[in-house]
Amino acid sequence: MSSAFPTQVGNLARRSIVRTLRQPLYVVPSLLFPLMLLAVNSSGLRAATGLPGFPADSYLDFALGFSFVQGALFTTSNAGTELARDIQTGFLSRLSLTPIRGTALLAGHLAGAVLLGLLQSVVYLLVGIAAGVRLEAGAGGAVVLLALALLIATGFGALGAALALRTGTGEAIQASFPLFFAFLFLSSMNLPRNLMEVDWFRTVATYNPVSYLIEGIRSLVITGWDGQALGLGFGIASAILVLGLAAASIALRGRLGRT
Amino acid sequence: MRAGTAPAGRSGARFRAVALAVAWRNLHNYFSNPSLLLPGLFFPLLFFTAFAGGLPAVSELPGFDYPAGYTAFQYAFVLLQSAAFGGVFTGFAIARDFEHGFARRLLLAAPRRTAILAGYGLAALGRWAFTASIVTVIALLAGMDVGGSGVDLFGLVALALLTNVAAMFWAAGVAMRARTIQAGPAMQAPVFVVLFLAPVYVPLDLLSGWIHAVATVNPATYVLAAVRGLLAGEGTHVGLAFGLVAALLAGLGVFGLRGLRKAEAAG
Repeated sequence: MSSAFPTQVGNLARRSIVRTLRQPLYVVPSLLFPLMLLAVNSSGLRAATGLPGFPADSYLDFALGFSFVQGALFTTSNAGTELARDIQTGFLSRLSLTPIRGTALLAGHLAGAVLLGLLQSVVYLLVGIAAGVRLEAGAGGAVVLLALALLIATGFGALGAALALRTGTGEAIQASFPLFFAFLFLSSMNLPRNLMEVDWFRTVATYNPVSYLIEGIRSLVITGWDGQALGLGFGIASAILVLGLAAASIALRGRLGRT
Repeated sequence: MRAGTAPAGRSGARFRAVALAVAWRNLHNYFSNPSLLLPGLFFPLLFFTAFAGGLPAVSELPGFDYPAGYTAFQYAFVLLQSAAFGGVFTGFAIARDFEHGFARRLLLAAPRRTAILAGYGLAALGRWAFTASIVTVIALLAGMDVGGSGVDLFGLVALALLTNVAAMFWAAGVAMRARTIQAGPAMQAPVFVVLFLAPVYVPLDLLSGWIHAVATVNPATYVLAAVRGLLAGEGTHVGLAFGLVAALLAGLGVFGLRGLRKAEAAG
């Protein structure tokens, strides 16, 4: 059984990766939309750097972190939609007749999401650097940034998988997109929390975990090595991953039990 | 009897009957299906909440001289965005009607097929009226200042309404050519890009670099400036905005009608 586990994960991972990369409708929007929003926001809000206390000289430096989290949102949608399709076409039911382990199924399925997350993160970072972003944390910071972005993408992918296994339909995944989108927009994506003037919005952004994911990545770009921001970023991303995997495992057990 | 030989009064009555039936069906589907109703309402409210709630500090920048305040500044953008997307989402409904075969039956049954387009146009207006009412009530509850007179506000609503119909013509033209919901991104993305390349967060004068150059030639910039001006009681680019929207309406009207002809030809 122990030697079969890597084989099971490997086969499903290869299928997940090939299926993801073969679909331009998954890859292209997840690369283009965050970059487009980055271009529009970094130019449209450039004047905001003139606000007293704004933590960066360039709004592009400040805004880059958001792209990684927005890209991860696409991972949620893609991972969930693919798994939902497997459920709707009966592939998961046929798979349940084999001796495959649930953990192998989840790990293999998430491989496509992880690869897409890595691809997105590298592209965002390279585009940012080409546009003039300089990481205060240096080259080591770039590695940590990619690691955090990958952890976020994997966590969001696990949430998408959990949602797919719970609902079993692609429509439900698409319908959940606005909810995740709200978490993004009600965060510190556009301004640091201490510069938010509206109290209730600052409170929402403070309780919104997405703020800390963005701020963790942002700290490597505009501050350098900020232990607190990185600790919160990695801690919350890990918690999302653990919660997502736990929810997906429970939903998978229930679904396989019904098959 | 062919429609073309019918007396003008009877022909007009048939046109009205088809248009109203298409509009009623579309609005009934919209209001009775949360998966259609909520996204149209959700995104304008989210943008309004995120921008008006998260960015008021931007209004303290030197050169930011909009008298009605940042809530009104963002309300104007969201109103225009909701108008444009109300039209685009109606295009989605047209594409769905083609996918399910309903639109083809409609083309066979309608004595004057332009009435079908008119019906979808009425539905787009109905959808937007609902969204705009909700957004306006929330903006007023959030303390939005309105400096414009009744005439100014009438002009504001008229501009948004014409934008809604122009966007509907665009989306209908795409939907009737593609006849599949997979064309959704093609309907939505250009409208999204044009709107967000206007001065969304700060006035045009505070933009710099490439976005200033693009925003200066973007027609949406002047429509947005006029809507903001009317809301604040200032006449900013009003004539230009009406001219631009009228030209857009004429051009996209032709695009929509030609789409209808292509759908007819496809059978």
